Amino acid sequence: MEKVIINLEHIVKRFYVGKPNELEILHGIDLKVYEGEFVSIVGASGSGKTTLMNLIGILDRPTEGEYFLDDVDVCHAPDRELSHIRNKKIGFVFQTYNLISRTSALKNVELPMLYAGIDRKTRRARAKELLQLVDMEERMQHTPDELSGGQKQRVAIARALVNHPAILLADEPTGALDSVTGRKIMDLFHKLHKEQGITIVLITHSNELAEETQRIITLKDGEIIGERKGSISCC
Amino acid sequence: MLLKENILLALAGLKANKMRSFLTMLGIIIGIASVIAIMTVGDAVNNSVTSSMGDIGANNIELYLGYRDDLDFNQDLPAMEGKDCISTDMIEEMLKKYSDEIKAVSLQVSVGDGKATEGKDYANVSIIGANTGFLLDKKLNIVAGRNLAKKDQENGKKVAVISDRYVENMFNGDAQSALGQLIDIKVDNRYYTYTVVGVYEYSESQDGFSKTGGKDITTNCYIPYKTGVKQSHAEETLTDFTIIAKEGADSQSLSNEIANYFNQRYYKDSEYFQVSTYSMDAMLSELTSMISTIKLAVAAIAGISLLVGGIGVMNIMIVSITERTREIGTRKALGATNGSIRLQFITEAVVICMIGGFIGVLIGIALGMVAVHFMGYSGTASIGSITFCVAFSMAFGIFFGYYPASRAAKLNPIEALRYE
Repeated sequence: MEKVIINLEHIVKRFYVGKPNELEILHGIDLKVYEGEFVSIVGASGSGKTTLMNLIGILDRPTEGEYFLDDVDVCHAPDRELSHIRNKKIGFVFQTYNLISRTSALKNVELPMLYAGIDRKTRRARAKELLQLVDMEERMQHTPDELSGGQKQRVAIARALVNHPAILLADEPTGALDSVTGRKIMDLFHKLHKEQGITIVLITHSNELAEETQRIITLKDGEIIGERKGSISCC
Repeated sequence: MLLKENILLALAGLKANKMRSFLTMLGIIIGIASVIAIMTVGDAVNNSVTSSMGDIGANNIELYLGYRDDLDFNQDLPAMEGKDCISTDMIEEMLKKYSDEIKAVSLQVSVGDGKATEGKDYANVSIIGANTGFLLDKKLNIVAGRNLAKKDQENGKKVAVISDRYVENMFNGDAQSALGQLIDIKVDNRYYTYTVVGVYEYSESQDGFSKTGGKDITTNCYIPYKTGVKQSHAEETLTDFTIIAKEGADSQSLSNEIANYFNQRYYKDSEYFQVSTYSMDAMLSELTSMISTIKLAVAAIAGISLLVGGIGVMNIMIVSITERTREIGTRKALGATNGSIRLQFITEAVVICMIGGFIGVLIGIALGMVAVHFMGYSGTASIGSITFCVAFSMAFGIFFGYYPASRAAKLNPIEALRYE
C-alpha cells in the first residue's frame, strides 16, 4: 500500500475566533496525499486555497482537526518543532519566488541547509548539485536581481528541494511568468516528479495546469467539492 | 556556524547600504570618540597631578601655626612671637606620643645662598641645614660617599653633602676626589667651611627650580640641622614643619589627631593662635576625586550622544526589518526558528555598533592625543577605557538591537510572506 504523506482530517480553520467578525474559511477538509503523487488543488479566488496551503505548509495551525505530515502530528508540535519540520519536510515554491535579493543564487539555495545546521562544504556541494538539476549552474553567482522570472523560479525550486523534503508545495508557481516560461517550469516539475519521484502539491487557479497533474482536488467555499484524475499525460 | 553566517550577512547588508550604514554608525562613532578623548585628557591631567603631588610625598602631613579661624581678621592682630611658636621639645613630645605612626619630622633651616670659588672655578649653592627626616623625605640619590648620619646631626658637625653639579664645577666631575675635601662657601661675606662626606645626584624636582642654568645653576648643600641652626643664628622655634607618616599609617586621621594634640595641649588657652594640619594624601585624593568627577561628568555628557546614536541604530533596525518583512517570512518558511531570526538581527545591530565603536575608538585615541599634546600633558587612551568602550558598543548593539530583533522574530510567517 502506498504511504500517506499528507493526512488532513476534518480540518476547520476560523479567523478572528471569539470576535464578532469570526470567519470560517475551511469547513472540515479531509485530504490524503500519497508519496510520489503529483496533486493539484484548484479553486476560484476566495475558495480557501491559500489557507489550505498555509496549513499544509504548517505556516499556520488549524482551528480544529488533525494533520499528520509524514506521520508526524504537526498540530500539537511547538513552534520551534514546526520550524524544523518545515525545514526538513517541506519545500516551498512561491508565486513571487521570495529569493533573498542581496545574496547569490547559490547562497539562496544554501539557506535551508544553513538552518538545518549543515556544514559549509556540504551545503555548497549540494546547492551546486541542485542548481545543476534545474539548469542554473551557469548563473549560480548571480543575485536574483540579475535573473529573469523563470530563472528565479528555477533557483526557488532548487532551494525547495535542497533538504530532501517529503513534499514540494508550489503556490501558483507560474502565476508571475509568461506562458512560455511557465511551460518550462511545469516541465521541470514533471521532470522532478518523474525522475526523482518527488511528491508535489500544486496550488493553482488554472484548470489547464491542473489537468497535467495526476489528481485534481477542487475547492469551493472552503470545502472539497470534487476529486478526479488529470486528463493530460504530460512530458 | 549560524553566527558566522549572520556576521557575513550583516557585513553584506552594510555594504549594500553604505550611506545609510555610515549615518547610522555616526552617532556611535561620535559618542565613543568623545568618551575616549575625554577619558584620555582626564587621565592625563590626573596622572600629571598625581605624579607631581606624589613627588612631594603622599605620606606627608604639613603642620603650621597660624591665626585662629574664629578671629575677626579686620581687627589688628598681634604678631607671632617666639613664645607662641612650636619648640623642638614640643616636637620631641609629639614624636614620642605618635612613635607608632610617625616615621620622622622633616626640619630644615636655610643658612643662605652663596658661592664657592677656587681660581676660575665656582659653584652657586644654597646651604640648608637638614635633619634626618628632611633628608629621608628628599630621597637623595647618593652617588658617592654617604648621606648625613645620625652622629653628624647629634654633634652638629660641619659636614656637607653636595650635588654632582657642584662636583662637576669644582672637582672636574670626580665625585670620589671630592670626598673628605674641605669646601668654603661664601654667604654674605662670611665663609662657611664644611667637609664633604657625600655627593648626591642633582634633580630639579628635589632641589627646586634654579633661576640660573648650566654652570651657574644653584644646587643645595646639605649640612646637619643643628649646624644649620647654629650658623644661621635662627631660634630653635618653628611655625611650620612636615611630618612624615609611616607607610601604612592613615595619614589623614593622623593629621587630624596631631592638630588636636597640639591645640589641646599647647594652644588651648591661646587667644590668637592655633595649629592646623593637612595631609598630602587627603589633598591628593581630594584632587584626584575632583578630577575624576569632572571627567565622569563630561564623559556622561558625551555618553548622551552615544545614547542618541544607539537610538539611531534601533530606529534603522526597525526600518530595515520592515523593509525585509517578506525576507523574514521566507526565512521562516524555509525553517528559520524565532531564535535564529532574533540572532540574525541582533548580530546586525552588534556589527553596526562594533564597527562604529572601533572607528570611534581610533578617532577618540587620535583626538585625545592631539588634545593632550596641546594642553601640555602626556599620555594616551588607557586600555581600560578602550576595552570599556568596545564592550559598551557591543552591549549597546545587543540592547538596541534586541527590541527590533524580537519584533522580527515574532512576525507571523503568513503575514510576513504576504507583506507588500
